Amino acid sequence: MLAMNYRGPQRIRLDRNKPMPEILHPQDAIVRVTRACICGSDLHLYNGNVPDTRVGETFGHEFIGVVEEIGSDVHKLKVGDQVIVPFNIACGECTFCKQELYGNCHEANPQATAVGGIFGYSHMAGGYNGGQAEYVRVPYANVGPMVIPSGMHPDDAVMLTDVVPTGYQAAEMGGIQKGDTVAVFGAGPVGIMAAKCAWLFGAGRVIVFDQEEYRLDFVRNYAQCEAYNFRSIEDPVVFMKKQTDSLGADVCIDAVGAEAAGSKFQTITGRKTLMQAGSATALQWAINSAKKGGIVSVVGVYGPTGNMIPIGNALNKGLTIRGNQASVKRLLPKMIEHVQSGVLNPKALITHHFPLEEVADAYRIFSDKLDNCIKPVLIPPSARM
Amino acid sequence: MENRPVDYNLINGWGIDADPKNDPTYPMRKRSADDHEGYSWNRPQQQPIDVEVLHSIERPNVTAVFGTSKPPSGLSGKLRRHAFKYGEGSFAHWIPLIVADRVDVVEGIIDDIKSGSFPNIWKERGMNAQWKYDKAGLLKSLAIGAAITTAAVMLIKNKSRD
Ligand SMILES: [Zn+2]
Ligand SMILES: [Zn+2]
Repeated sequence: MLAMNYRGPQRIRLDRNKPMPEILHPQDAIVRVTRACICGSDLHLYNGNVPDTRVGETFGHEFIGVVEEIGSDVHKLKVGDQVIVPFNIACGECTFCKQELYGNCHEANPQATAVGGIFGYSHMAGGYNGGQAEYVRVPYANVGPMVIPSGMHPDDAVMLTDVVPTGYQAAEMGGIQKGDTVAVFGAGPVGIMAAKCAWLFGAGRVIVFDQEEYRLDFVRNYAQCEAYNFRSIEDPVVFMKKQTDSLGADVCIDAVGAEAAGSKFQTITGRKTLMQAGSATALQWAINSAKKGGIVSVVGVYGPTGNMIPIGNALNKGLTIRGNQASVKRLLPKMIEHVQSGVLNPKALITHHFPLEEVADAYRIFSDKLDNCIKPVLIPPSARM
Repeated sequence: MENRPVDYNLINGWGIDADPKNDPTYPMRKRSADDHEGYSWNRPQQQPIDVEVLHSIERPNVTAVFGTSKPPSGLSGKLRRHAFKYGEGSFAHWIPLIVADRVDVVEGIIDDIKSGSFPNIWKERGMNAQWKYDKAGLLKSLAIGAAITTAAVMLIKNKSRD
């Protein structure tokens, strides 16, 4: 089958002879992919910044498809079902799944305990092949996958695998109270969605920072928020204080993670030399921009070890810091409701459709923010017939 | 586009999910007493372990399911096995893995050549797309690359003359 194949930092190609996935466990299903997005967090892998990303792996944790085959113990799905597959792999039975922390399942990733199992996200997240391929193995098929409601556009459905629930959970973890001022760092797809969802919790003001003008325009239109280019502001933290009567934002959301630009020191230590587990610029700005007693919500992805973050400021300001991978399964029913009622329109974020065969060019365009790309989706040939 | 003040009351869905109880600056829990029993849940059936699976020393076993995309092999595999002697938060775990990733890249190129094909770096790096949308950026990075190569060649030449 066709599949994306990682060869090293910024080197990927289309593999024409990747072996077909097989049922390896009674609760496995094999899904024929109809759409797979490239995610901002795939760029951490693409740039070789996630430890234990092995040559030959297939990326892709945001995909939908058709069930082709099921294991002997799969009873919630049948062959032919069209499904949304959450990016996190969850058993549904461990102590964490029982708390609805599906992003923190303890039975899906042998290589690490901090992060759960994620499709196509290096061996640090379980060594699973991802959905940027024609077919993919989906473990615990009774737990994660959900049948796509009839009438839902596939571009909306694929956004529910990660971007929408992650943006929503970013706002939810912020504990936004009515009238709160919310600052969002990063206007990538998740930041855009977080800004949009902040209103659903009753925000009174939503302010977004990014460095790309086209993304700022996009988020202003899509999320009806204020948006500023941090390149044209001397210090985003001072700017935020000025915007909030010198107090700071009630809630700050880091929607960037390890690839953050904006601080030379963080860039050199976190991205170029990997001396820390990613550049923590956005997190630093979020901590320093928050009001005392405020909340910092982190959905940007960071590595496992040390990061230079101003923990002293977090302590002295009495901040609550929350972060997690989104619990997609927990949020899916509500997200579907919001899409069906027209409150959220996720497909509007998809600016590019590529045939799977052009995966290397698609990564380049998304990674270099060329052609005003917000969110790209790959379509395998078997889904184009 | 200018930033305009927003009348949030006009935003579709404003406040529909508002919940004054979701304020994490106050303690919040969703647990039961059973959760203090540790590693005691009914584990799903174990996926047969017929490939080499490295597992974190912070857990007792291999998870009930796991991915099999690329079992450790070669020199990079040796480094990875070494890394998994240490805890997840330790540099002794992290650094060997990063080194192994780089070694793996070289091993990948050797595998390619062994199988009779030299990797098409231009295509793999998506340079066709960059040529289409960002000629200036591409030419700049090519020029920088060429300058570094020239400087390196000069340096080696000068050295060999000494
Ligand atoms: Zn994603
Ligand atoms: Zn679980």
